[in-house]
Amino acid sequence: MESPAVEILDLVKRYGAGVALDGLALRAERGAVTAVLGPNGAGKTTTVEICEGFRTADAGTVRVLGLTPERPELRARVGVMLQSGGVPPAVRCGEWLRLVARFHARPLDPGALLGRLGLAGHARTPFRRMSGGQQQRLSLAAAVIGRPELVFLDEPTAGLDPQARHACWELVGELRSAGVSVVLTTHHMDEAERLADHVVIIDKGRVVAEGTPASLTGAERQLRFRARPGLTLEELLNALPSGSAAKESPAGHYIIEGRVGPELLATVTAWCAAEGVTADDLRIERRTLEDVFLELTGRELR
Amino acid sequence: MSTYERVTGTLDLTPAPGAAPFPRMVLAQAGAELRATLRNGEQLLLTLIIPVLLLVGFSLAPLIDLGGARRVDFLVPGVLALAVMSTAFTGQAIATGFERRYGVLKRLGATPLSRSGLMLAKTVAVLAVEVIQAAVIVGVGLALGWRPQGSFLAAALLIVAGTAAFSGLGLLMAGTLRAEATLAAANLVYLVLLGAGGVVFPLAKFPESLRPALEVLPISALTGGLRAVLAEGAALPLAPLGVLAAWAVLSLGLVSRTFRWE
Repeated sequence: MESPAVEILDLVKRYGAGVALDGLALRAERGAVTAVLGPNGAGKTTTVEICEGFRTADAGTVRVLGLTPERPELRARVGVMLQSGGVPPAVRCGEWLRLVARFHARPLDPGALLGRLGLAGHARTPFRRMSGGQQQRLSLAAAVIGRPELVFLDEPTAGLDPQARHACWELVGELRSAGVSVVLTTHHMDEAERLADHVVIIDKGRVVAEGTPASLTGAERQLRFRARPGLTLEELLNALPSGSAAKESPAGHYIIEGRVGPELLATVTAWCAAEGVTADDLRIERRTLEDVFLELTGRELR
Repeated sequence: MSTYERVTGTLDLTPAPGAAPFPRMVLAQAGAELRATLRNGEQLLLTLIIPVLLLVGFSLAPLIDLGGARRVDFLVPGVLALAVMSTAFTGQAIATGFERRYGVLKRLGATPLSRSGLMLAKTVAVLAVEVIQAAVIVGVGLALGWRPQGSFLAAALLIVAGTAAFSGLGLLMAGTLRAEATLAAANLVYLVLLGAGGVVFPLAKFPESLRPALEVLPISALTGGLRAVLAEGAALPLAPLGVLAAWAVLSLGLVSRTFRWE
């Protein structure tokens, strides 16, 4: 059986006294887009850079395309986009991409790829004169020019304007259609929801949840509002139809699940009136990955 | 203000991975490094303009006392040695230090170009710059009336040994210090060795007690060796060659243990 694109078990990484990764486990299937989602400092970059062979783990096993990350044959099979830098400031955009292309046996046409990412007019621009978004796109181009089986994209859309972000998303979609495995990190939940087949939410070096975006957010709608923390929900639960649930997660954020409709809304607002509670931000919606993260960790994603 | 013209063509993204042949990767990287050097104004100042100015200035003006020997015959070997030091040591240390700082070495580590391939490419680029430097210096020297002696092969061998020694020292700095510290230290060492290594001022002018220490400097070994061959027509001078080889083995050995890519 073909090994997964990435398989990580019990991964531990310490920096001095701090623990960056604390028993992380992750599996990225071949031909799928796997998004590693988490706030800054969660361990996303450390995880990816261990897979790329830049850092070594203190404990645990990591297999990339079935091989240990330091194996030299992976360098041709895996495309890498660093979070920042990696390009000499004076080098021209087109020169850099042609150079990386020449390290590969059957690269994409650099000119066509630049055109595709909206950089055709910048082929002669030195890297340091390019905008942050243009630099990001060049790094993305360099990650895919060698026609890899697997690409690691570390925050590929950080600093991109909406148009460029969509171009990046489109390219990721096409990589997936072409059978390329993609592992990307992001702290944009919309990006993960939109691109990923599989989302792994990490926090403090551990996986706190994973699954398809739909399985994580659930199909059910829910009613949410904010109010002062510590309300007693018992009476509300009694008033709600059976099969409903009400919880406070995190403090001051209330979530009512069940058959969300006019009746449920009326019950909740009546209860609020009786309790003398002003419900802020009262809304009915599907859960987002942002909500999932907030509920799991009590903190905002960004 | 986003100018954004997208070309919507089909790119065949189907995986087709594979490394290019090793020589092609090395030549591509060496070409990139050579272009970067020739395009960098400060590097050109260091590697070409300063050596040529020293050669012309000290040949024409009677600033050094050589006890009757022709100034240009004394200066060309010294300036050739300076050119080797400026490229293999100063230029390479600064460029590599900043490549490390900008994550370029890290990024290249994720390509099929191996680290040994990268180091080989750097060596090829350094040697290519030295060929250009030697051509210019020899040309200017001949125009100033230089009459070379000795064996071309012996001089080339000394230059190769000097390149290895200076590359080792430059990479030792670039791989351990911060980029700014490398920039400052590499320039300082360049100036000190320019003054104290027999490039334009003969070692004989220094106090007797200092000379044994000065003679084991890599720059003194290279200036002394090249002068013995090119000015006095000596066969391959073994003592300077030994000094350079020792510096090369020591520094490259330390580089392989201490070099940090990130």
